[in-house]
Amino acid sequence: MTPPVHYREIEGRSSGFWSLVAILGLFIALALGAAWRMEHEGHWITGMSNRVVWGVPHVFAVFLIVAASGALNVASVASVFGRSLYKPLARLSGLLAIALLAGGLAVLVLDLGRPDRMVVAMTHYNFKSIFAWNIFLYTGFLAIVAAYLWTMFERRMNAHTAPVGMAAFIWRLVLTTGTGSIFGFLVARDAYNSAILAPMFIIMSLDFGLAIFLLVLLAAARGTGRAIGGEILGRLGGLLAVFAAAVLYFAAIQQLTNAYIARQHEVVRFFLVDGGIYTALFWFGQVAIGGVAPLVLLLAPAWRKSRRALALASACVVAGGLAQMYVLIIGGQAYPQVVFPDHEVSSSAFDGVVASYAPSLPELLLGLGGVALALMLTVVALRLLPFLPQAIADPGSDPAHA
Amino acid sequence: MRAARAAALVLALAAFAAAVAAGADALAGRVAEPVVKIDRPGSCVEPTAVMRRDHMKLLLQQRDRTLRLGIRDTRHSLKNCVDCHADASTGSVLGKDGFCESCHRYASVSIDCFECHSPERQARVAERK
Amino acid sequence: MNGSRRQVLGLGACLAAAAALAPGLRLIELAQARSPEEAASKLQRWGLLIDTAKCGECDDCVTACHEENGVKGHGRPATDSQWIRKVNLKDKRTGFAQTLPVMCQHCEEAPCIDVCPTGASMRRADGIVLVDKHICIGCRYCVMACPFGARQFVHEKTTGQKADVPRGQGTVEACTLCVHRVDRGEQPACVSACQRDGGKAMTFGDLKDPDSAIARRLKSERSTALRADLALDPGVRYQGLS
Repeated sequence: MTPPVHYREIEGRSSGFWSLVAILGLFIALALGAAWRMEHEGHWITGMSNRVVWGVPHVFAVFLIVAASGALNVASVASVFGRSLYKPLARLSGLLAIALLAGGLAVLVLDLGRPDRMVVAMTHYNFKSIFAWNIFLYTGFLAIVAAYLWTMFERRMNAHTAPVGMAAFIWRLVLTTGTGSIFGFLVARDAYNSAILAPMFIIMSLDFGLAIFLLVLLAAARGTGRAIGGEILGRLGGLLAVFAAAVLYFAAIQQLTNAYIARQHEVVRFFLVDGGIYTALFWFGQVAIGGVAPLVLLLAPAWRKSRRALALASACVVAGGLAQMYVLIIGGQAYPQVVFPDHEVSSSAFDGVVASYAPSLPELLLGLGGVALALMLTVVALRLLPFLPQAIADPGSDPAHA
Repeated sequence: MRAARAAALVLALAAFAAAVAAGADALAGRVAEPVVKIDRPGSCVEPTAVMRRDHMKLLLQQRDRTLRLGIRDTRHSLKNCVDCHADASTGSVLGKDGFCESCHRYASVSIDCFECHSPERQARVAERK
Repeated sequence: MNGSRRQVLGLGACLAAAAALAPGLRLIELAQARSPEEAASKLQRWGLLIDTAKCGECDDCVTACHEENGVKGHGRPATDSQWIRKVNLKDKRTGFAQTLPVMCQHCEEAPCIDVCPTGASMRRADGIVLVDKHICIGCRYCVMACPFGARQFVHEKTTGQKADVPRGQGTVEACTLCVHRVDRGEQPACVSACQRDGGKAMTFGDLKDPDSAIARRLKSERSTALRADLALDPGVRYQGLS
C-alpha cells in the first residue's frame, strides 16, 4: 500500500518567487504593448508580408498549443493507463496543459488582424474549416481539463478521475490532430499537404509536452526544496527518449517519401540542402539539438541517473521543437508556391523566389509574452492551490511496474 | 429606536439622490451635444423614429443582402446614407460635426463601418484623383 | 380549300406561333442584364479567358485594377496589396518565355472558402469569390490556403477608399472580378483596359451562357486552368500555356 500523497501550495514568499513573477509580468506587459502597436499601426511594422503571413508569433503559439496537449500525458498515463506511479504528478500535468494552451491562444488572438472581432469568431462558424473546429476543441479542452483537475482535487469526485481522464485523453488526440491538420489540409504549399502532419503533431506534442513538464517539475522541486524520487525521473527520462526518437522518425519518413516523388524533389532539396537558414535550423536545431542531443543525454550510461542531464535534454527538446516549428511554419511559406510547374517564375509579388523573412521585435515580444503568460499562470496556480506533492518518493510497491 | 434608524436611512438615500441629480446636471454640460445637420431637403428613407431606433438593424440586414446575395437596394445602401448625410463642407459623415460621428461620440458607441467604407459622398470621392 | 393547302396554312401558323413564342421559351433562363435589385443567380457564372499569346510587356490591367479599386502602394512591395500581377514565365527545359496576368481564379472548389473559420471567405451564387469584410477576423488562413497567392492581407490603415470598394486594415482582400461593375452590366476594369489600350488578351463573360463570346471561344479553342491537377475548377482560364 503506497503511503498517501500530501499536496501543498508553494510558499511564494521568497525573493526568488517575486523576482520570477516580476520578470514574467514584464514580458507579459511587453507583449501587450507589442500587440497594441501591431493592432494600431498595422502588421507592416512586423516582419510578416503577403508571402509569409504567419511569423514568429505563430511559431510560439503553435508550439505552446502542441505542448499543452502533450503536457497532459503524465496525467493520462496515471488515470487512463493505470500507472499509479505517476499519480502524484497528475495535478501539475493538468495545470500545465491549461496554462500552456492559454498562453498559445493568447498569442494567436492578439496576432489577428482584427482581434476586436473575437466575438464574431465565436458566433460565426464555417464548419468546413478546421480552424472553426479548433475553436471548440481548444476551449473544450480547457473545460475538460478543468473538470479533470476538479475530480483530482475534490475527494468525493476521485472515483470519476479515470473516466474524465479518458475523455481528456481522447479529446487531446482529436485536438492535436486538428492542429496538425491546419497544415496537413493545405493543398497550396508543397511543404504541407500531407496526412503525415496530423500524427506527426501528436508525437511532437508528447515530446515537447513532456520536456516542458520535466523542466517545470525539476525547477519547482528545486525552488521549493521538494524531493523527487530518482525512479520516476528515470522513467520519465526514458519516455522522453522514446518520444524524441519518434519525432526524428516522423521527420525522416516525411523527407524520405518526398525525396522519392520526383515533383517533390525541389522542396526536399530546399529543406535539406539549399534553404539557407531553414536548412541550418533543420539539421542543427531540429535534428541535432532536438533529437540527437537528447537521445545521447538520456541514454548514455554515464548520464542515465543525472538530473542535470535530464534537464539539459528537456531544454534541448524545447529548443529543437521551436526550431522545428520555425522550419515548418515559416520555411513552408518561404518556399515558393508552384503555380507553373517546370517554369522559372518572377513577378512583382515575389513569385518563384524564396520569400525573405526576418523576425521583428514586436513578433518576438508577442511570442515570448505567450510563454510568460503560461509560466505566470502556472506559478500563480502553484501558489494558490495544492498542485505539487510534498515529496515524490520512490514507490515501495506498485504492482503496475513490476 | 427602529423608527429612528429607518428615518435616518431614508434621509441618507434622499440626500444621495439629490447629490446625484445635482452632479448629473453639472456633468451634462461637459459632454458636447451631438450636432444633427440635415442639409438636404426631404425625408430619410425611413421615418425618423424608425431610423433612430433601428438604423443599425437596417444596416446589418442590408449589408448581408448586398454582399452575400448581390441585392443592391439603393435606398438602404450605406452609400446612399453617406451621399445624403455627408456634411456640406467636409463632404464626410465623420469629423467633429459629422452626422454619424457626432452622435456616436456622444453616445460613446464605436463605429466600425468606416474602417473599410468611404465616409465621403461619392461626388467628393470622384473629384479627388 | 382542299386538304393540302389547309395543311400548309396550318403548318405556317404553327411555325409563326413558335417563332413568336420562342424568345419567351427562355423563361427558365436568366434575362441578359440582371437588375441591381435582383439577387445574383447560379444560372450565371462569371469568368475570364486570357490569351497569353496576345499578352506582352504592358501592365495596363494591373494599373487599371488598382486605380479602379483604390489599391494604393506604400513603397513596400512585400506588404502592399496586389490584386493582380504580371507573372513572367520561362520554361525550364525549352527556354520559352511568356508573360501573363494572375489574379484570384474564382474557383468553384476554392480552398480559401473551405478554410475560413468565420465564413467570411465566400462564393456568390454567380461564381464570384469574395471576402465578407464585416466578419473577417484577419487570421490569414485563406492566404495560406490559396494555391495562386491571390489573397492579400491589408497591413496598414486604409484611407481614401473608393465608394464602391470598401477596404480595411487587418482584413484580407483579393480581386473581386470588379463585382460592383459587373452588377452594373460592365466589365472588370482590367478587361476594359486590356481591350481599350492593351493587347486585347482578356475576355470576360458568362460561362454558363452558351451564346456569350467567352463560352463560344472556350468551346471552340483550347484553353487550360492554372494547376488543373488540383481540380479546383477555376472561373479563369488561359490560352497558350503548356
